[in-house]
Amino acid sequence: MKKFLFLLLVLPVTAFANTALKLDHAPVNVHDHESLQRGARIFVNYCLSCHSAGYMRYNRMQDIGLSEVQIKDNLLFAADKPGELMKVSMRPQEAKAWFGAPPPDLTVIARSRGADWVYTYLRSFYRDDTRPTGWNNTVFDKVGMPHVLHELQGQLAPVYETVTDPEGNKHQVIERLELVKTGKMTPVEYDATVADLVNYLAWMAEPAQTQRMNIGLVVILFLGVFFVVAFYLKKEYWKDIH
Amino acid sequence: MEKVINWVDARFPLTASFKAHLSEYYAPKNFNFWYYFGSLALLVLVIQIVTGIFLAMHYKPDGALAFASVEYIMRDVPFGWLIRYAHSTGASAFFIVVYLHMFRGLLYGSFRQPRELIWIFGMLIYLMLMAEAFMGYLLPWGQMSFWGAQVIINLFAAVPYIGNDLSTLIRGDFVVGDATLNRFFALHIVALPLVLIGLIAAHVVALHEVGSNNPDGVEIKKNKDPVTHHPVDGIPFHPYYTVKDILGVVVFLIAFSAILFFAPDMGGYFLEANNFIPADPLKTPPHIAPVWYFTPYYAILRAIPPMFGSQFPGVAAMGIAVMIFFALPWLDKSPVKSIRYRGPKFKIALGLFVIAFIGLGWLGIQPVTPLFTLLSQIFTAVYFAFFVLMPWYTKNDTHKTEPERVTDK
Repeated sequence: MKKFLFLLLVLPVTAFANTALKLDHAPVNVHDHESLQRGARIFVNYCLSCHSAGYMRYNRMQDIGLSEVQIKDNLLFAADKPGELMKVSMRPQEAKAWFGAPPPDLTVIARSRGADWVYTYLRSFYRDDTRPTGWNNTVFDKVGMPHVLHELQGQLAPVYETVTDPEGNKHQVIERLELVKTGKMTPVEYDATVADLVNYLAWMAEPAQTQRMNIGLVVILFLGVFFVVAFYLKKEYWKDIH
Repeated sequence: MEKVINWVDARFPLTASFKAHLSEYYAPKNFNFWYYFGSLALLVLVIQIVTGIFLAMHYKPDGALAFASVEYIMRDVPFGWLIRYAHSTGASAFFIVVYLHMFRGLLYGSFRQPRELIWIFGMLIYLMLMAEAFMGYLLPWGQMSFWGAQVIINLFAAVPYIGNDLSTLIRGDFVVGDATLNRFFALHIVALPLVLIGLIAAHVVALHEVGSNNPDGVEIKKNKDPVTHHPVDGIPFHPYYTVKDILGVVVFLIAFSAILFFAPDMGGYFLEANNFIPADPLKTPPHIAPVWYFTPYYAILRAIPPMFGSQFPGVAAMGIAVMIFFALPWLDKSPVKSIRYRGPKFKIALGLFVIAFIGLGWLGIQPVTPLFTLLSQIFTAVYFAFFVLMPWYTKNDTHKTEPERVTDK
């Protein structure tokens, strides 16, 4: 019991210090429409019941290869028309009462937290019976969110190691997480599923990004040609100046 | 066509103005790389005004709507993302261009007699630009907008006696809120741009009155052709420098587009990650850093420890660090203007100043540690020494004799 209390005291600090810098690289590819569509399905099924994406319209998903009918038939649970914003029906006051804080809007989460953070976070939930939800997270200590994807991933439990800090005190820190109960997916499948979801979040944070890069290429090519013209124009005018 | 021009000329000095400022404005023929940034600053101003007008058509200066309206621009307004990124990239580009433009002035002594007023107008432009950028940064109403404004406005509260009233006056409320957002919007899109344009006009008129300096720092007006009365080393601005500046514009636009289209966040320096979280007065971000162009001054602010229980010395040092540039024309006692003919003391001083300025800029982004604070203090000392010791080291420096006429590179 004493050891347990000690853990409780040091965990918040050490867990953060230990993992804050070690983020896994999210395999984001916003040109992969199939991955984005799989991610959109997971997002709508699992995330959108509590989190909104209140600046994003459902029909924008036409940009990732879905038709308006497909969006309407498969993804429209919380809205009537594909032109609507991805709002959530939960009221902020209720959300605050249930989770301690209203779940943040996820439209631009990949820009504020970074895709790598989200990718690591969604794979770092572990069982912690001291938390009201029964879940904790090595990336976000004492997180209010339960592990919504646990039926897919299964349950992870922490494996501790003892480290000595510069003052000579010994601390128990989480060395890694270990699968103690399997879910519907293998770890490889689960990682791929989270990768799809994060890919979708990265795309949703800025749906114009593919168009942006395509236009950028044309603009820079044009300017490259213009440079040659401007260069010889200048040379022609300046040939008499010595 | 000629008839129309004659008709206008009888009523407005169209041809005369064109001649005075373009086709018969004689500029030294030896302008180098550093002389592109004046015209580029003007280009960025135009980009900011045009994109700003379109942003203002869709933006809502309201604490409850501002953040969402920016995302609306990014998603639902046709090419809204392009307009917004051009404006946000333009803000940083403005400072890059202006810092290089000011550095050119330091290199070639462009602030020296008879161009003191050009320098003063330029410094006023720089001050207005800082105010403009600061107020514009509040408008997206993200966490960094909010807390950045909170920190900077609180600096005014450190002024003795009137501080608290002053900061309340700026905010229009006791905390940064809707009232602050509204007044910053008004100042950002109307008041400050008007002042800026007026100052830029004065800057250019003063320049065209005395004529441009050049990399040799010699006055081309001293050597005029006896027949035409034009400077022998001068060439008409139009067409020579208009075609040359087009080249500079193209190169600038390539760099500008590379950022705008491929890295609009610029790794968090042009658009900070925390600013994609809506402003929340109850949640202070763990690390508040201003945008990169303010960081040298922010580092100076943090380098000065509080004295007599007041933050004012740091705030004053920061203010003086900006204002001291105004005194430059009277601090420099060297008989020559250009770095090409100056001695080693000035070259070393300028080199150290550049290191200190960039070093402070970097330190202003970092979290506070004892080592970084010490480094900031050293760089702050170097920064001020550059100005304070200038009368001494420029007077006692060796120098080469300036040539009679401009040289070819």
